[in-house]
Amino acid sequence: MIRYTLKRLLSLVISLAVASVVIFTVIEVAPGDPASFMLGLNAQPETLAALRTELGLDASKLERYVTWITGMLSGDFGTSYTYRTPVADMVTQRMWVSVPLAVYALALSTVIAFPAGIYAAARRGRAGDVGVMSATQLGVAIPNFWFAMMLVLLFAIKLRWFSAGGFVGWDKGLFAGLHSLTLPAIALALPQAAILARVMRSALLDVLGEDFMRTARAKGLTARQALWRHGLRNAMIPVLTIIGLQFSFLLAGGIIIEQVFYLPGLGRLIFQSISARDLIVVESVTMLLVFAVIFVNFTVDMAYAAVDPRLRART
Amino acid sequence: MSLLSIQNLTLSIHSFDILHDVSFNIDAGEIVAITGESGSGKSMTALAAMQLLPQGAQTTGRVMLGDDDLTQRSEAELCAMRGNDIGMVFQEPMTALNPVKTIGDQVAETILIHEKTTKAEAHKRAADTLTRVGLPQPRFPLSRFPHELSGGQRQRVVIAMAIALRPRLLIADEPTTALDVTTQAQILELLVKLAREDGMGLMMITHDLAVVAAMADRIIVMRKGEVVEQGDTARLLHDMQHPYTKMLFAASSHEVTLPDITATEPLLEVKNVCRDYRTPRKTLFGKPGSFRAVNNVSFELKRGERLGLVGESGCGKSTLTRALLGLEPIEEGSITLCGEPVFTGTKPNLAVRRHMQVVFQDPYGSFNPRHRVSRQITEPFHLLDTPPTGAERQQVIDEALIAVGLTPADADKYIHEFSGGQRQRIAIARALIIRPDLILFDEAVSALDVSVRAQILDLLAELCETHNLSYLFISHDLSVVRTITDRVLVMKSGEIVEQGQTEDVFTNPQHPYTKTLIEAAPVLPDLKGATT
Repeated sequence: MIRYTLKRLLSLVISLAVASVVIFTVIEVAPGDPASFMLGLNAQPETLAALRTELGLDASKLERYVTWITGMLSGDFGTSYTYRTPVADMVTQRMWVSVPLAVYALALSTVIAFPAGIYAAARRGRAGDVGVMSATQLGVAIPNFWFAMMLVLLFAIKLRWFSAGGFVGWDKGLFAGLHSLTLPAIALALPQAAILARVMRSALLDVLGEDFMRTARAKGLTARQALWRHGLRNAMIPVLTIIGLQFSFLLAGGIIIEQVFYLPGLGRLIFQSISARDLIVVESVTMLLVFAVIFVNFTVDMAYAAVDPRLRART
Repeated sequence: MSLLSIQNLTLSIHSFDILHDVSFNIDAGEIVAITGESGSGKSMTALAAMQLLPQGAQTTGRVMLGDDDLTQRSEAELCAMRGNDIGMVFQEPMTALNPVKTIGDQVAETILIHEKTTKAEAHKRAADTLTRVGLPQPRFPLSRFPHELSGGQRQRVVIAMAIALRPRLLIADEPTTALDVTTQAQILELLVKLAREDGMGLMMITHDLAVVAAMADRIIVMRKGEVVEQGDTARLLHDMQHPYTKMLFAASSHEVTLPDITATEPLLEVKNVCRDYRTPRKTLFGKPGSFRAVNNVSFELKRGERLGLVGESGCGKSTLTRALLGLEPIEEGSITLCGEPVFTGTKPNLAVRRHMQVVFQDPYGSFNPRHRVSRQITEPFHLLDTPPTGAERQQVIDEALIAVGLTPADADKYIHEFSGGQRQRIAIARALIIRPDLILFDEAVSALDVSVRAQILDLLAELCETHNLSYLFISHDLSVVRTITDRVLVMKSGEIVEQGQTEDVFTNPQHPYTKTLIEAAPVLPDLKGATT
């Protein structure tokens, strides 16, 4: 188990190193000079050169890469070209919206998907199964921005239970914060729940066909006991994989939902920075997201090993 | 009163008839074997006794355990009975255990389901039961996971689960089919011992008549969902009444006569061949280890000779076969066919490959279901520089199909239209079509029913006559190798431990391993009743 963990950690570090080089190179290659963008088309060459020096753009590529990486490691993400504020501050602020939103959505998705998937698998081919499967088909098919707007129309405009957009901030209290994230979380969670429920169902059905499930029944377990005691844990591997992928997606992929609900999240930050050629922000936020994704994968790998003893033995 | 009495049991699944009017009894302490070919309804009879039938199953008749009619019991009552009064052991030990739970938990679970006891007490009894089935503590601690055990050891765990509560009846469904002969002998011995010690009734389901003859008190022969004959083992073996029973036993001990070898020039020469596999690294940055799967193997196969290769699973048979076919590189030594190396550099030598074909074990998995037979069997043509076309191609296809006992009209059919035995004939046609010098049969008859197996063996003997075949016949089934080969190699742990004329090796084995192997293999007694 220790070797397994060490090996995963090593792969995490290598992935991060490779990702940082790729991100840096791609952004270097991308057209658009931030200095000329900031000063406009009619800028004097001297002013431009001065700004480039100030921003550190005239240093060699290797130097800039090293400055960027060492900065990031010590928590200094540089200064935004456009806003002239530390990137770290901007990112922290946005993370307090995006991370809770992703966790909230994922929790909702799991809470909906697990019972739905288990219910459908236990009633394979019967009315309950058909009902759940039709609902998930619908869930996968509906575009989430449209669904978000429907939520706003019903719960914000008609029933007035929630506000139509914006984020009140955590300083107003946990409940107020969660309350203003509820509609976006539902909008994000529902399509994910539909996918997860389908995965849960098919993983369970695969396991139900296994020989050891028949052995369990031959011992005297009821069908339900066999499902809970022997089926569920064996079905978790594909489910964990999907949960890991979904969390990564929810963290940054909520950009459209953030737009619909006017949420100051990471997705919007990236979008705005790209439009403004604020490369240092793009670089840093992308790197941060990559770190989040790789870290989530690492966690999922650890969860695999916790679920399946065969992986612990492997190196 | 009998322990188990199945009376006029008829079973259909989704209105598809499975069992028809099956009746038999099993007494306490009696070992009853149910035998028959695939599709005879053996396993369904076992599941019916457990009342663990698949969805859509409808039964009539009675399944009496003592004076309890199980068909009238509620699901809750049946759950209380399964594992407690009736235990069951399944065929596939590799998958019959839950991979994510320890063996201790799995054995203790049987006890915890049925008895109000503490977890600690259940684990203590699980340890005792595991010791009883030959997995003593502390060598096999309760904390072991199934993947840490061999196939035979896993089957012992499954048996421990089934007998933990000393049930009155134990059902074993092909419990040794997936195991090697030496392991099979140990497991059978264990089952008989447990049945005798506990006075358990044992319902043993197997297709292997040699196993049946060796251990059963009584034999029930089934065919297409019906019991065709039943009786005490000694009586039935010497006085078979039903033609199907006679055919079954005759096919099991079927022997063929091979034509004499004509030419003696060497065809395949294998010299000091070694094949290593990489094993996982021991330390994070250390060198990966290596495992020698084939170690210093040398032998020769003459043109027209039929050579056998026997050994238990994991002994390196399949690795050697792949190396012979040029599908895997070898680390040391040389393999030549007609004097040409099978490998040139690191790539297989195509000029040699066209002189060699292979027939695999699984007649279901070794064909592409979307292609017609004509396309399947002409696949080896890609090895030829100028494959036949048009009428000539058609003629070659027809000849190949006729040679294996099929008709030219079969060329336009799809593979799902054929039975297992017919598919294996098609596989042989595919191997024959480019008239190779050498054919490798890799467990080619192991998946077939005995009657079909006998037909395929006859076909091979016939082809030896008409096509002057040379082949290497790889199998774990000693009785088949004995009749279908001239010479035999015995392989153990990657090495050839003995080789010689087949009859000499079988009647007078020299190496201790060969002796163990031959002793462990169950043999049918001399039968007077089986005449057809």
